[in-house]
Amino acid sequence: MSEIREVIINNDRLATDEYLVNMGPQHPSTHGVLRLLVRLEGEKVLNVQPHTGYIHSGIEKMCEAITYPQIIHLTDRMDYLSAHMNNEAVALCVEKALQVEVPDRVKYIRTIMDELSRLASHQLWWCVFGMDMGALTTFFYGLRDREKILDIFEETCGARMTVSYNTPGGLMFDIHPNFQKRVKEFITYFRTKLPEYDKLLSGNVILRERAEGIGHLSLKDAIDFGVTGPSGRASGFSCDMRKHQPYSAYPLVKFKEILDDRCDTLARYEVRILEMYESLSIIEQLIDNIPEGDYAVKMKGVLKLPEGEFYQRVESARGEFGVYIVSDGKKNPYRVKFRSPGFSNMFALNKMAKGHKIADLVAIMSTLDLIIPDIDR
Amino acid sequence: MAFNIYDFTTLTHSIHVGLAESFSPVVATTIEWVIVGVSYLLFVALFGLFLVYAERKVCAAFQQRLGPMRVGPWGLLQTIADFIKLLMKELIMPRKADWFLYNLAPFIVIIASFMAIAILPFAPGLQSFDFDIGIFYLTAVSSVGVIGILIAGWSSNNKYSLIGAMRSGAQILSYELSVSLSLLTMVIFAGSMQFSTIVEGQRDAWFIFSGHIPAMIAFIIFLIAGTAETNRGPFDLAEAESELVAGFHTEYSGVKFAMFFLAEYINLFIISAVAATVFLGGWMPLHFGNLESFNHVMDFIPPVVWFFGKVLFVIFVIMWFKWTFPRLRVDQILTLEWKYLLPINLVNILLMALVVLTKFHF
Repeated sequence: MSEIREVIINNDRLATDEYLVNMGPQHPSTHGVLRLLVRLEGEKVLNVQPHTGYIHSGIEKMCEAITYPQIIHLTDRMDYLSAHMNNEAVALCVEKALQVEVPDRVKYIRTIMDELSRLASHQLWWCVFGMDMGALTTFFYGLRDREKILDIFEETCGARMTVSYNTPGGLMFDIHPNFQKRVKEFITYFRTKLPEYDKLLSGNVILRERAEGIGHLSLKDAIDFGVTGPSGRASGFSCDMRKHQPYSAYPLVKFKEILDDRCDTLARYEVRILEMYESLSIIEQLIDNIPEGDYAVKMKGVLKLPEGEFYQRVESARGEFGVYIVSDGKKNPYRVKFRSPGFSNMFALNKMAKGHKIADLVAIMSTLDLIIPDIDR
Repeated sequence: MAFNIYDFTTLTHSIHVGLAESFSPVVATTIEWVIVGVSYLLFVALFGLFLVYAERKVCAAFQQRLGPMRVGPWGLLQTIADFIKLLMKELIMPRKADWFLYNLAPFIVIIASFMAIAILPFAPGLQSFDFDIGIFYLTAVSSVGVIGILIAGWSSNNKYSLIGAMRSGAQILSYELSVSLSLLTMVIFAGSMQFSTIVEGQRDAWFIFSGHIPAMIAFIIFLIAGTAETNRGPFDLAEAESELVAGFHTEYSGVKFAMFFLAEYINLFIISAVAATVFLGGWMPLHFGNLESFNHVMDFIPPVVWFFGKVLFVIFVIMWFKWTFPRLRVDQILTLEWKYLLPINLVNILLMALVVLTKFHF
């Protein structure tokens, strides 16, 4: 007996060892090319190390070679689900630098488009969250409704995802005559469909069992890691840029900042569901009151920002998105830095997933709502 | 040849007599074996293809889609096209995989399914074996499949496969218990392990009605545990694609993958067929005590139709589970079995014993 034990101890092929698994870059649940180096003990996650850079496209460096209106089109390709918010951040930053005041009509339309993008993004998040939890049907419910928003985008901007609708000084073109009608139709439609989401997934006992108390991220950790957006707000971190630094038409509308202090996967889930209701109410307040006027200010042919540093933050669907432009007075920027929400959010993953099971790691990653091009840029 | 859709014994008997007259006993028996084997193979292949098609259509209906529509009318030939594609695909084997075990695993899985299917009574006279320990045999052979899954996960030399196989092992071994115990409950009620006796015992009323409360509890437990045993959602941990890519069959391609795929659907059929036979009367038509005319009308529908109707109903319910529920986590799946289903099952057996003792049934 003791001999056998000795063999087991001395023979390192029989000794228990940590299991090192490469999740990604090609893995169904990493939503792109994120690579997670996961150390496992059986099913338990000991450590998660994200490795980024597999889809790095050098957008920040490319921005140095192009003009300001051209930057807009690159920002679409970063966080493609909140393309409009990214566009807006650049436009607002350039407008702030040039001290241009855009007409009210532009502000209203920008805000409506923001909220539509946020809805579309949250819908897609809900689809894939369900998929990651193993409920495959959610995917088709979410996409069915998202399609309606993309149709509206297509009619107004000509593109479904990479809208490029903003430009420094206003919008590329005016809204389509059908815009208001279709948005209103969509709101009535989606108000009936949103409770379906709850029926299918939110109220499900398996989901609640799996999400409750999993992936705890305390308020202090959320602030330390810079976790913003719905993920941060689910930890009670009041970080909504629409409230704290209102831009466009946000000062004019009434809406609640959804906060939750349960800090777990379920909280992050419910914050996003409730945000969809808030977005609907914001659009409802604005859609009937779009003022008449120009859709853009007449700008110079070549935009040259004054020398200096300019920063603008907006609330994208995943959190705080910032644009930092250093200008040396030429027609293209000296340096551009984007503060992308996904990058900061991702690094809280280790903190949240440690000690949980593999299935929880997938669920937690899904509630962070990572978009990999947004992280790698 | 005497063919009677209501009783296949005449058909099988006439085939047997005809063969025995023209050949020596050894040759006749061999020919009979071949006929039976080929019929099972054909049945499994065709029904498997049909189930894949049905799954895609049912899933499409839940997801507000149409499902396959292009190949053939309403996409009826889609699964056949897919099957041909799988047959023609290249067989890729990981370089460091264990050659022998890697190739053995799919066969173990599929042989276990074939062994289980042999015991099922499709209609009067349409059953190859009728052991007196039928249910015991069924639970025994249906647990052989897990060995194939474990071997597949181990020999593929892939970490995801191994995790999937270990999950599958833990899960199937646990839920085996619930399946067996819920069947045991019904064995107490039926007083026999033989399938033909069990079906005959439901001539007046199906067991789920005559055994009332304990039978219904056993039925629900059997459905849950059966779903878990076939590795289907919401218990599809072994191949949880969002976590483990494809679980234990990640490294299998082509026809070997098709074998796992087919085995999964045969297992689905077996679980549903056992549920239909033990709880819902098998091929026995729906009878209500004294309603002579009603019973007569029901008798007019052939037993094969009754059997497959019930089987397809149970299959639909199991598919319904899969396409609406999220997946459970591995610890929850074991908690569900050991902390809830097992105690309920044990109490239920006592309850059933009491019901049988006091003759408090219909």
